[in-house]
Amino acid sequence: MATADEVRSRRRSAEDTLADALTRVEAVDGRVGAFLEVTPDLAFQEARAADARVAAGEDLPLAGVPFAIKDNMWIAGREATCASRILRGFHPPADATAVSRLRRAGAVFVGRANMDEFAMGSSTENSSAQLTRNPHDLERIPGGSSGGSAAAVASGMVPAALGSDTGGSIRQPAACCGVVGFKPTYGRVSRYGLVAFASSLDQIGPLTRSVADAARVYRVVAGPDPLDSTTAGEDPADPESAAGRGVRGMRVGFLVEAEAEGLDDEVARNLGEARRLFESAGARVTPVSVPRAPEAIAIYYVVASAEASSNLARYDSVRYGPRPSCRDLASLYVESRTLGFGPEVKRRILLGTFALAAGYYEAYYGRAMRARAVLSHDFASAFEQVDVIVCPSIPTPAFKIGEKTEDPLTMYLSDIFTVPASLAGLPAITVPSGFSKAGLPLGLQILGPRFGEEPVFAAAGAFEREIALPDETPRGVRT
Amino acid sequence: MTVGAPPNSATCPVCLGFPGTLPVLNREAVALAMRLALAVGATVHEDSRFARKNYFYPDLPKGYQISQYDRPFATGGGIEIDTPSGPKKIRLVRIHIEEDAGRLLHENPFDDVPPSLSLVDWNRAGVPLVEIVSEPDLRAPEEAAAYLTELRRLLRYTGASDADMEKGNLRCDANVSVRPTEDAPYGTRAEIKNLNSIRFVAKALEYEVGRQADLLSRGERIVQETRLWDVARGRTVLMRSKEEAHDYRYFPEPDLGALVVDRAWIEETARSLPELPRARRSRLISQYGISPGDAETLVSARELADYFEEVARSAPARAAAAWVTGEVLRWMRERKVSPEDALSFPVSPERLTGLLAILEAGKISASSAKEVFAVMLDSSGDAAAIVEERGLGRISDASALDVVVSDVVRENPSQVALYRSGKTQTFAWFVGQVMKRTGGRADPLSVREALTRALA
Repeated sequence: MATADEVRSRRRSAEDTLADALTRVEAVDGRVGAFLEVTPDLAFQEARAADARVAAGEDLPLAGVPFAIKDNMWIAGREATCASRILRGFHPPADATAVSRLRRAGAVFVGRANMDEFAMGSSTENSSAQLTRNPHDLERIPGGSSGGSAAAVASGMVPAALGSDTGGSIRQPAACCGVVGFKPTYGRVSRYGLVAFASSLDQIGPLTRSVADAARVYRVVAGPDPLDSTTAGEDPADPESAAGRGVRGMRVGFLVEAEAEGLDDEVARNLGEARRLFESAGARVTPVSVPRAPEAIAIYYVVASAEASSNLARYDSVRYGPRPSCRDLASLYVESRTLGFGPEVKRRILLGTFALAAGYYEAYYGRAMRARAVLSHDFASAFEQVDVIVCPSIPTPAFKIGEKTEDPLTMYLSDIFTVPASLAGLPAITVPSGFSKAGLPLGLQILGPRFGEEPVFAAAGAFEREIALPDETPRGVRT
Repeated sequence: MTVGAPPNSATCPVCLGFPGTLPVLNREAVALAMRLALAVGATVHEDSRFARKNYFYPDLPKGYQISQYDRPFATGGGIEIDTPSGPKKIRLVRIHIEEDAGRLLHENPFDDVPPSLSLVDWNRAGVPLVEIVSEPDLRAPEEAAAYLTELRRLLRYTGASDADMEKGNLRCDANVSVRPTEDAPYGTRAEIKNLNSIRFVAKALEYEVGRQADLLSRGERIVQETRLWDVARGRTVLMRSKEEAHDYRYFPEPDLGALVVDRAWIEETARSLPELPRARRSRLISQYGISPGDAETLVSARELADYFEEVARSAPARAAAAWVTGEVLRWMRERKVSPEDALSFPVSPERLTGLLAILEAGKISASSAKEVFAVMLDSSGDAAAIVEERGLGRISDASALDVVVSDVVRENPSQVALYRSGKTQTFAWFVGQVMKRTGGRADPLSVREALTRALA
């Protein structure tokens, strides 16, 4: 990672690096709206601490790297609001485990990145605070829910960000904004300090401008954590080397179900180009089928909403959050939640509550969980034939702001290619794969088997080198 | 543990359910639950699961309670109780592990907080507990009380809990229904909450049985509902009806994996269990020849029975039993030492053994022995030294006894005349007089002999 390597080798201080990042934020974030809050004072303290540690001879893999952190993670000293009114003023007691690992590695936290409220959405339009705009076209959405993280990286404000991915919330905005976004295997990265949306799906991961950078950040944040019982596996071995390894002889499967009817022409052409690039890089390209993949969206909206309805029950304004004045207990609940949550969050809570209700459990949640198990099994079978599976990251380039806000079902389909890996807990990365005719970024998604991050990075790194996109500043944020 | 700590002084972000926190299962809680489960003969499942029980209440920080639902930690087993018609086994349905909620203070103790406000103490939130569900095998309030008493004793024997109901460390919800005859199907049940002593459980059940029987005899129907025991008024009152019952929307807890315990752990725990109270009671009766009553008293606490067995190693068992169930317990109550702390009682088993040896050797009288015991409570001296120091040794010198006897005879001519006229039942009065003057130190047999001679 160039930024870190400069600070490590003391060619440039972390403090200067941060100052440049803040200058860039100052220059363009008024147009983009990626940050909910920038915290220069704390960030300068962190930068000076990183400089001191480098001077003391510590080898810090992320020395002085300025990060944007999605607003659903704890950063000591800052609020964590999930871009929701109901969490306004909530000060977490510590760093999230992932944030604390970044800090240990020398990272600096520029500020809190905007997101869809409670990570529910695909456009960041569900933020209660502000819109975030796509740096490639300011009239368009940056994707979501980690839209702030993706836009901050894409517009050159920070070299890296953390996002969280429940059904595509890292990969979809990364693809929309033309950056790399990686969701590790479920259980790789501790969720301690990540405000829960859907506990069996949520996973923290990096958004960066290169595959190697994503591998570095992933290596730092991954590994078991005693505070999160769902973490598993070992510390990742060497994802950065894997990213440089190449794909010669690797079996790369193109997902048959993704190329079914209805695929956007530009996306289909882009996918065809990717196939040729893998072939020219020496991969053994084959079609591969995951028959239940088309059911993923239906499964996802039952499972994720059910878990969300329970995870969001704690927002009752008894312990934190704005407390409305009210007559009795029932009205305390009703008023705090009516005022505190936005419409999409309410929709999912209602959906999820219904899916778990006595008499409906078997028809919805029970059935969805069984279908999810079958889908995971489908993927396991597919990975007996191929090393990685490739499909588009997004069904269309970023859409216009306001275009889908009145139509939640169409919005939900934005995640059609990202949700399958989430349900099966698989590692998946999106790598920029070129542009639409209108100049909007497209992304290629690469999935691996559970705990198979290394083949994912190998394929992603090779693709990135083959396509060799020019490093240009997006047109919406040119100064 | 958090009992007795100032409100909200023993909590943390996880227990408060702060957004971003995650639960982690407490291994010790599993170990203790396993001890209890094995003690009641339940089957401990090698693979059990946690589930979320969802409902809103201000004392529930996450809006759900982590519990177990369709795959509990243990199932089956039973608890044996004594009933007037003999021993009876109360079967258990299941034992599951869950987390506690906080506690609402409706009558807040603070001068600066308006009395209309309820406060929440989160100290208890997140503390692990087990819920033990029994089959509908209890037929009378007394049986319910006996069941709870035995359960409490088992919890203490296994070290699973101090099972103190006043502190809320053992709590009970009692379900009760009535039916016209033994072979009729069960009637509609009511659940009674707020029962914080075994005595209240029995009283509440008795009241509730009466209330339901009255309704039925008037031709009315029982409705399924949850009722509260009103201690002050001595009656149960409606809390919520079935229509208001929660739909808990149980689903598997995604933040915790399966609870997997291996066979070896279960077997090792089974081996480490102490002898359980009812088995120990039988053994004490057969091994030491003591009465069932004394044996029951001794096994009321494991440590008390340990105390007894320590004494009985080198003292006659019946005397040991009499002393432990008599003087020792009496003084424990007096000094507010709980039977669970018997082994740290000021008079150790070893010192009591010393006292009983002197008593059995006839060196002191029974009443002197009690006096010596009382002294031992506040001194470290052994019994022999105290006897020596206080001159409590028995009057075994015949001439000294004769002096006292002749004094008594001389000073009570009318009683003597009465005795000699044939009222021989006054003999006991003479014995009493002599014992009184010797401070109980005379050997009763020698007193009788000397009096018989003097009154002849």
